[in-house]
Amino acid sequence: MGHTIAARTPGVFYRRPSPDADPYVADGATVAEGDVIGLIEVMKTFREVKADAAGTIARWHVDNEDEVSIGQELVEIDP
Amino acid sequence: MSPLRSVLVANRGEIAVRVIRACRDLGLAAVAVYSDADASAAHVRHADSAVHLGKSSASKSYLNVEALLAAARESGADAVHPGYGFLSENAAFARAVADAGLTWVGPSADVIERMGDKATARATAEAAGVPVVPGSGVVASVDEAVAAAAEVGYPVLVKASAGGGGRGIRPAADDDELRRVVDEARREAASAFGSDAVYVERALQHPKHVEVQVLADAHGGVVHVGERDCSLQRRRQKLLEEAPAPGLDLALRERMCAAAADLAREVGYVGAGTVEFLVEDGEFFFIEMNTRIQVEHPVSELVTGVDLVVEQLRVAAGEPLSVAQDDVVVRGAAFEFRVNAEDPDDDFLPTPGEITALELPGGPGVRVDTALAVGDVIPPFYDSMVAKLCVWGPDRATALARARRALAEYRVEGVPTTLGLHRRLVDEPALVDGTHDITSLEQILAQIS
Repeated sequence: MGHTIAARTPGVFYRRPSPDADPYVADGATVAEGDVIGLIEVMKTFREVKADAAGTIARWHVDNEDEVSIGQELVEIDP
Repeated sequence: MSPLRSVLVANRGEIAVRVIRACRDLGLAAVAVYSDADASAAHVRHADSAVHLGKSSASKSYLNVEALLAAARESGADAVHPGYGFLSENAAFARAVADAGLTWVGPSADVIERMGDKATARATAEAAGVPVVPGSGVVASVDEAVAAAAEVGYPVLVKASAGGGGRGIRPAADDDELRRVVDEARREAASAFGSDAVYVERALQHPKHVEVQVLADAHGGVVHVGERDCSLQRRRQKLLEEAPAPGLDLALRERMCAAAADLAREVGYVGAGTVEFLVEDGEFFFIEMNTRIQVEHPVSELVTGVDLVVEQLRVAAGEPLSVAQDDVVVRGAAFEFRVNAEDPDDDFLPTPGEITALELPGGPGVRVDTALAVGDVIPPFYDSMVAKLCVWGPDRATALARARRALAEYRVEGVPTTLGLHRRLVDEPALVDGTHDITSLEQILAQIS
């Protein structure tokens, strides 16, 4: 069973720290609990999205720059 | 009389509503623009017509130059008012508006460019005889920065030349710290503002932030509309402003206001603008100019009776200012309290969400500029400032008493706001005495927590 990371705040989701930078995590990459996997921009501030479990990035439910609502599923992680 | 008939308001929230009201007062049609999130927002409801821009994120809507120009074409607007924030100080947008044959409500793109770059603005102010904080020109290397700091004296601030809105500023107390932060500051400036130019400026210790409102027309008319004290800031973001500035020496005020008007004249300014200064130990120093209407403009309107947004529109239409310098008389005192959807008890975490109940204050001396109504959802995509409570009184003590009354009446439910913090601030000795400076709010917050 995969684990899903959900948005803790509404806003705009980014996979990269800045438009020209590499993504925080590549597809299929391994993450540890607490690793930053993206950013959500809310009211002109940026909040980090952290992996709340360790595993492998399996499937994205959102694209870079998608508008997300609170609780929306962002990405699945396989243990 | 006026060649303007219809104004596209390229903004949202309370400032879009404010501009639409000024259009109405002048008999002009107002065209609103909106994102997905704002389809039923107040500025859309109040305007004569409205054009959809795009998705909710600012880059797809209120920062989308092509969509805005298309909206102007489609609606037949003949002018564009940018409000504040978003594209209001974007010279390329001002130029694109003018190139499309539309009237830009603001100074020319050339003036925006010249005053928008902080290092250039400093040099321009110096050339116009306006005192600036001791500092350097753009420094190209760490060694140049260290040499510059030796001349201006520590502590210093490293500032991004293309920065603004209080961003792109780093302090350094000595050579070691400066060596550490310069490259960091240049990288950050390059990514945030598209230019790695930084300069060094002496960090004043307990200055007041005092700014002068100016108005200028295309016929050489320039007036100042008095000053505002905006010293209560958190992380260089203003929270509470007032006019006139308390405790300011009258002769200093005269010289500072005259310097602001001189600077506007010197650069060929047209429209409403703000010249920002730091005041310390009986001296004033230019820091930057904002080439747009400002959030806190209502306090100047309340003490002078001048409608700054109406004057912006008149001037854009090619008319002379309706006031001469002698007509600008400051009467009483006014405060502005920024109501932000932020939680002061949780490190000012932004708090978008639905307004479930709302009670606005009223009575003598009270003005609320807001776009919020019960049932509205504050979107997460834009600024957290959702209302401005502005209070006037015939003297400062009366204005503060009215502010306490208005803050007690004001009720917002559904999301945390800064209203509770303001209720505490109006009883803070530093504010009551008018002795507060730019370090006071952070000190007060540290005591509260």
